[in-house]
Amino acid sequence: MLFLRSVSVLLSVLASLALAGAALAADLATLVGNLTSGGLSEREGAITALAASGDERAVPILEALGAGQLYIRNSDKLAVIGTVDGNKLALTEAVSGKPAGSADEADLERVRVNNRLRGTIEAAVGSLTLMSPNSRTRLSAADALFKRRDATALAALDQALTVEKDPRIKRAMSEARAAIVLATAESSPAQKLAAIALVRERGDRDSLGILKTVAAASDGEVKTAAAAAAESIEQSLAAWQMAQNVWYGISLGSVLLLAAIGLAITFGTMGVINMAHGEMVMLGAYTTFVVQEVIRTSAPHLFDVSLVIALPLAFLVSGAIGILIERTIIRFLYGRPLDTLLATWGLSLVLQQAVRSIFGSSNREVGAPSWMSGAFQLGQLNITYGRLWIVVFALIVFASLILLLRKTPLGLYMRAVTQNRPMASAVGIRTPRVDALTFGLGSGIAGLAGVALSQIDNVSPNLGQGYIIDSFMVVVFGGVGNLFGTLIGALTLGVVNKFLEPYAGAVLGKILVLVFIILFIQRRPRGLFALKGRSVE
Amino acid sequence: MVTRFLWQGMTRNLRLFVLLVLAVGILVPLSNLLLPADSAFRMPSWAVQLVGKYLCYASLALAVDLVWGFCGILTLGHAAFFALGGYCMGMYLMRQIGTRGVYGNPLLPDFMVFLNYKELPWFWHGFDSFWFAAPMIVLVPSVLALALGWFAFRSRVTGVYLSIITQAMTFALLLAFFRNDMGLGGNNGMTDFKDILGYSVQSDTTRAVLCFASALALAVFLVISAAIVGSRFGKALTAVRDAESRMRFLGYRVERYKLFVFVLSAAMAGIAGALYVPQVGIINPSEFSPGNSIEAVLWVAVGGRGTLIGPVIGAFIVNFGKTWLTGALPEVWLFALGALFIVVTLLLPKGVVGLWNQFMNRSRERRARAAA
Amino acid sequence: MKAPGITHARSTSALLYLSGVSVSFDGFKALNNLSLLIEPGEMRAIIGPNGAGKTTMMDVITGKTRPDSGEVVFDGRADLTKLDEANIATLGIGRKFQKPTVFENHTVRDNLLLALAGMRGWYQLLMAAPSKAENDRLEEILSIIRMGPQQHMLGARLSHGQKQWLEIGMLLAQNPKLMLVDEPVAGMTDVETETTAQVLREVNKSHSVVVVEHDMSFVRALGVKVTVLHEGSTLAEGSLDQVSADPRVVEVYLGR
Repeated sequence: MLFLRSVSVLLSVLASLALAGAALAADLATLVGNLTSGGLSEREGAITALAASGDERAVPILEALGAGQLYIRNSDKLAVIGTVDGNKLALTEAVSGKPAGSADEADLERVRVNNRLRGTIEAAVGSLTLMSPNSRTRLSAADALFKRRDATALAALDQALTVEKDPRIKRAMSEARAAIVLATAESSPAQKLAAIALVRERGDRDSLGILKTVAAASDGEVKTAAAAAAESIEQSLAAWQMAQNVWYGISLGSVLLLAAIGLAITFGTMGVINMAHGEMVMLGAYTTFVVQEVIRTSAPHLFDVSLVIALPLAFLVSGAIGILIERTIIRFLYGRPLDTLLATWGLSLVLQQAVRSIFGSSNREVGAPSWMSGAFQLGQLNITYGRLWIVVFALIVFASLILLLRKTPLGLYMRAVTQNRPMASAVGIRTPRVDALTFGLGSGIAGLAGVALSQIDNVSPNLGQGYIIDSFMVVVFGGVGNLFGTLIGALTLGVVNKFLEPYAGAVLGKILVLVFIILFIQRRPRGLFALKGRSVE
Repeated sequence: MVTRFLWQGMTRNLRLFVLLVLAVGILVPLSNLLLPADSAFRMPSWAVQLVGKYLCYASLALAVDLVWGFCGILTLGHAAFFALGGYCMGMYLMRQIGTRGVYGNPLLPDFMVFLNYKELPWFWHGFDSFWFAAPMIVLVPSVLALALGWFAFRSRVTGVYLSIITQAMTFALLLAFFRNDMGLGGNNGMTDFKDILGYSVQSDTTRAVLCFASALALAVFLVISAAIVGSRFGKALTAVRDAESRMRFLGYRVERYKLFVFVLSAAMAGIAGALYVPQVGIINPSEFSPGNSIEAVLWVAVGGRGTLIGPVIGAFIVNFGKTWLTGALPEVWLFALGALFIVVTLLLPKGVVGLWNQFMNRSRERRARAAA
Repeated sequence: MKAPGITHARSTSALLYLSGVSVSFDGFKALNNLSLLIEPGEMRAIIGPNGAGKTTMMDVITGKTRPDSGEVVFDGRADLTKLDEANIATLGIGRKFQKPTVFENHTVRDNLLLALAGMRGWYQLLMAAPSKAENDRLEEILSIIRMGPQQHMLGARLSHGQKQWLEIGMLLAQNPKLMLVDEPVAGMTDVETETTAQVLREVNKSHSVVVVEHDMSFVRALGVKVTVLHEGSTLAEGSLDQVSADPRVVEVYLGR
């Protein structure tokens, strides 16, 4: 069976080679004419000839043929491409690409193909796109061939390789060629060995699959080489997988960091545990939603900067509400941390219900601006722009906060109040005002986190609930009152979480992390980077 | 010796209060059973069920108060112990269904048949017998409390740290019980109970007995708590609450005191949960949600922390308000609940009982002044 | 005057033995190679400027702070660096804090009852019935600290001086072998200070005492051997007159 298929593949390769020279001269119209006239048996030759023309305009025609959308109009025998438009078909001229009105399906005759021909068409499209002037098209054609390992495309690949200038595309083409060589039983061992070396260098999951198949199907030198190559790829893939997990972990960690920084400030410097902290995050996310709604209705061209507009607004909204809370509730509860916890929990219920009354309890849609959508490939790493920006954003927020604490008078006052409240007030720092501002700052940062989280989480009244325990764990794990500890804590927990997930599943992973932290607090009740000294008590 | 121990905490007010609890537990169900349907004094069946439910909540509140009000441990995970007791009872009740389930499997509860279980998971064995389930109701929550408490108290995790850890514990359990492969009914939990000890859970008589049992449990818990609080141990306990490190320097092993109350309180919560489940007819993972635990704390705060009567009164007031508001103005309930947290902590730190005492003291002083 | 090197002659008879104890908090050396020796039955006054390490030394002895290095041995047997506060307290070391911490929601009598030596197990306490012996002891202590009339007052309602007294009473109730007394006369009137000195001398007949104090007239009234701490180590040791004459002590502490 395999033999028969190989022979047929080989035959078609030979046929295409033979026809190539002749067809080059013929123009597109003639070739298309050949394609649409005649029976199924002649059609294969016509397709190959069209492919050999190297004319890029042939691509949509061939694709239409493959999809069963190439028709002959009964009235004038013109080859047209028809796409469904209501109960009629909208037509375009196949050769020129101009619109050609519309027609009922009854007035058209479909150019028939069978499965065998579809294979030929795919290969033909592949080889045509290999010659496309657009480098991106060529690259994706080469990648597609690598995955398909279509022996009919070998000739086209060889031809394309002779003219290709771009080293990256050239490389992709050689890899595709190597993959095809390996898939062809007739290739000599020497050819195969060379091909194995090439595929090995590519080193992704597809390469591994190819090499494993080769190792299983062949013997002798080729088998050992393929097996060795497969193993080396497996090792490097494992390393990449590790790197990918680390990246996911860092990404999760940056989210945790954003959610926790604000808490680190309010809890770390004021000893106040704000259970409504998650709701400050939620308010930030809803601010983003409102900003986007306004932009959608009145200034759609600003959509790409909507997040940039939302950032200061979210900071102000959450910050202002934070100050309000501090002035009306929390300041009466200083020195009673457990009561503060209860009161702020009540507050979180009120805020959730308020948002639910205003915006409804269902999820709200917050869109991603164009510069945050999409992904790119770094080696074997898949990195989405959205996540990347959140990591960058978290680090920027963190760095700005450190600068604020170190370089501004507010930061100085805050540190003074943290370290020795009575002394700070004795030297004339207005501690109540510093408290209010500190709380506002922590809440405002939670608002910023909300803008970022609106990109990756459902914007609903319950958004904040999930973050309070996690944030608290991060702060405690890193060491209360130590912002760098919070950074390390967030990243560590993020990475640990992501490494546990594949083995334990997401839920069990989360439970394990909780248990881990509970046990960790046993060992070091004051966190990784604890402040020592008598003032701590 | 035991009688002396149990009697030592019973003040006159508390004796009256325990009698009141028992009276409610007897008169409410009796009025339902004995009085004719058109009598103005007859409690409808749903009211008996409601009172039974409140009595269970009151026991949970008392358990929370024992650790928070008297020992200063703000637990945000006590509903987890309540739910674990409830799950143990639920497992027993599930096994009693037998072949009357939808699938009619004599061994496996419906949800297991539905999830393609081939045999009973190991931890389900024994739960067909009440006399196995009953000790489990106490043991399971106690062992969890013992493990958590042993770790936490030994390494001196206190204050908000401990609160958040207990919240994380109940949160972790919530996640775990939502999983179908826990073998405990997953998302839907357990329901459609038929019999308890051979009597239909739906019948008015069974409900009446369960309501009385809840009152009896609460009364017993009140007596035990009073005995503990009134003993020298209770003095040590409140001393730990007020100045923990001072107690260490006096040579007290603070962690053992805390652990004892914590475990005892978890056991009380477990029993309350076990009585609760047959009365409401369902147990599911939402009982573990952190909000439930913290609501129980609110009952204590409203009634008056650090008093024995307070949590019972608080549980009745808040839950009555909840039943009424969620029926009349559902969207207002969360606002009211949230506001209650804030108002109680800001304005009423000693709760209703504290307010009452203050009022009594003032009028006593006035009378004393008038007499003088 | 003895040199700080006294600790090299290790004596098994010493009640409290500190050798080469160092503690640092984030780079700041609170105790720096401190050595101290207290004989059974001795009363010792410890003086030194703020930050000299007096309270940290107390923390180390009572197990609140673990030293980074050094030996702390009690009664020639117990290695205090390995034990926690409750263990150390039951071994027989009592401590009065600089800031009086009595149990505010307990009566004076209950405060003393909790401090009373003996019952510490939770089961014992659950079943404990009031005993004649304990009552007598409580009455005795109440009369020593002169708080009989206030015995049913809550701790929170006591004046500062009364709290100090109650703390001393709690120390007596604990009946430790060694008493660590941190600034017992802070905030007391001259008369109260004088009485306190008398009480401590009385107490010293049956207990060893270490007193940390700023008040020089009080230290003089005690009339005992004095150790001067400076920057976490011993600067001088001897009678008050001896150390007052030491130029280094004058330099760092007494001033000119």
